[in-house]
Amino acid sequence: MSGKFVYTAEIEAGKTTNLEEIVEKGKMLKNYVTAINVTDNPGACAHMNPLIPSYVIQRDVGVESVYQITCRDRNRLAIISDLLAAAALGIRNVLVITGDHVTFGDNPGAKPVFDLDSATLVYLIRKMVDEGVDLAGNKIEGEVKFHVGIAANPNAVPLELEILKIARKVKLGIDFIQTQCVFDIDLAKEFLREVRRFNIPVLIGICPVRSIGMMKWYIKECPGGIKIPLDIQERLKIAKERKGKKGVLEESIEVSAELIKELRKTTSASGVHIMAIGFEHVIPKIIERSRS
Amino acid sequence: MIVLKQKPLEWILDATKNYSKILIVGCNGCSGIYQVGGEKQVESLKMFLEMAFKLKLKRNIKIESCTLLRQCDGDLVASSLRPLIKNLGKHGALVSLACGVGVQTISNIFPEITVIPGCDTLFMGMRTKELGEFHELCKACGDCMLFETGGVCPITRCSKGLLNGPCGGMREGKCEVDPTRDCAWALIYERLKAQGRLDLFLKFRPPRDYRVAASPRVWRGE
Repeated sequence: MSGKFVYTAEIEAGKTTNLEEIVEKGKMLKNYVTAINVTDNPGACAHMNPLIPSYVIQRDVGVESVYQITCRDRNRLAIISDLLAAAALGIRNVLVITGDHVTFGDNPGAKPVFDLDSATLVYLIRKMVDEGVDLAGNKIEGEVKFHVGIAANPNAVPLELEILKIARKVKLGIDFIQTQCVFDIDLAKEFLREVRRFNIPVLIGICPVRSIGMMKWYIKECPGGIKIPLDIQERLKIAKERKGKKGVLEESIEVSAELIKELRKTTSASGVHIMAIGFEHVIPKIIERSRS
Repeated sequence: MIVLKQKPLEWILDATKNYSKILIVGCNGCSGIYQVGGEKQVESLKMFLEMAFKLKLKRNIKIESCTLLRQCDGDLVASSLRPLIKNLGKHGALVSLACGVGVQTISNIFPEITVIPGCDTLFMGMRTKELGEFHELCKACGDCMLFETGGVCPITRCSKGLLNGPCGGMREGKCEVDPTRDCAWALIYERLKAQGRLDLFLKFRPPRDYRVAASPRVWRGE
């Protein structure tokens, strides 16, 4: 991630047995992104294990994948086992996440695991990569090579707490940060200023919205909280009045492209991570416009 | 304290309906202090069951009662209950208004007796008087770290029990699971900041060794 402004995107494995759709999405994104994240039971909904799509994207599409792991659904044995499989399949990037609580998901009565948290999971991966052992010090046959990424939220209040959390993980050893959605360029800039001292590549999260309802969800309900500046809210609302739902998406593509342009030109961000789950077809448009 | 709530009266009636004698045993420990299973509640339950047997089951029932200082004290349970249990005979049942520990203390000492739990044991916690609510504070994890976390237990009070929180769901100091609830790790941050000990917040805590909390736990003393 040196020099070039990096674009990554995110896809869901889905509650499906169909890998073709994932491969199709990967092919659509191939010429635009450096890597594709595959989410792990996002929103605590039970999906296909992301390990398989992460592998298939690398094999059949030819793009590096970022295999996401949450701590919610598996204990350390299961996670070590999945990481070994990921390493064996040639997956090189892992993004560790605590995971939304099970009560948000589609099986809300499930037992939450959280044997590890995102920091102890970084610690585990470091042991596997740097020392060739698991958490208890048991030796692993063969090499484990992962770049370890973490998530962070530039919208967090208080921001100081978020930065301390990142500092804790930086000390353990991380390779990149992908952030929660950012709509407010000033928040992104403040966050980037604060994390600059860590010298870790940061990809700022960009989320186009496809409806006013989705925009409101981000503002009011999204875990962690996301700020959308009033002028952007206003632009999306006016677009809805003028051209309906299609207008919202069009305007949102424009807003996203503008944010990316500003990030690329005026900040130390290493790139952006674009999340448009269920409407990934807008990602190439956003990237093209952000380059113009 | 152990926080508990009494089971619905109808449930207790249904559980006792086939017995000819009943012994209600209260507890003046946690259960009594929180007015769930102390002397007054024992008397109310006795009156309810007597009336319910008469009106609903159309028969009289012989009910005896007593309230112990603590039902989790084996010696006390043995000496206080022995004569009463003798009176209970084969067709009697004992209703305990203590926590699950009290119920099992009696069952262990008098294994021939049916002990019906009159309460559901909820958690270890504290009552906030202003709100009239009970809050869980300790999970008995066996590895206390409260001195490093500003006196706030993340194992219990963080919805995810995180050692290195908060998670990404924290929103302006509130928990993602229930926005009316404080995020334990935001509280820890505030307290440590006020104490000038943010170094403790920054400290990485490695994965726990869950063997110290593997049920059923036994402590042999030292």
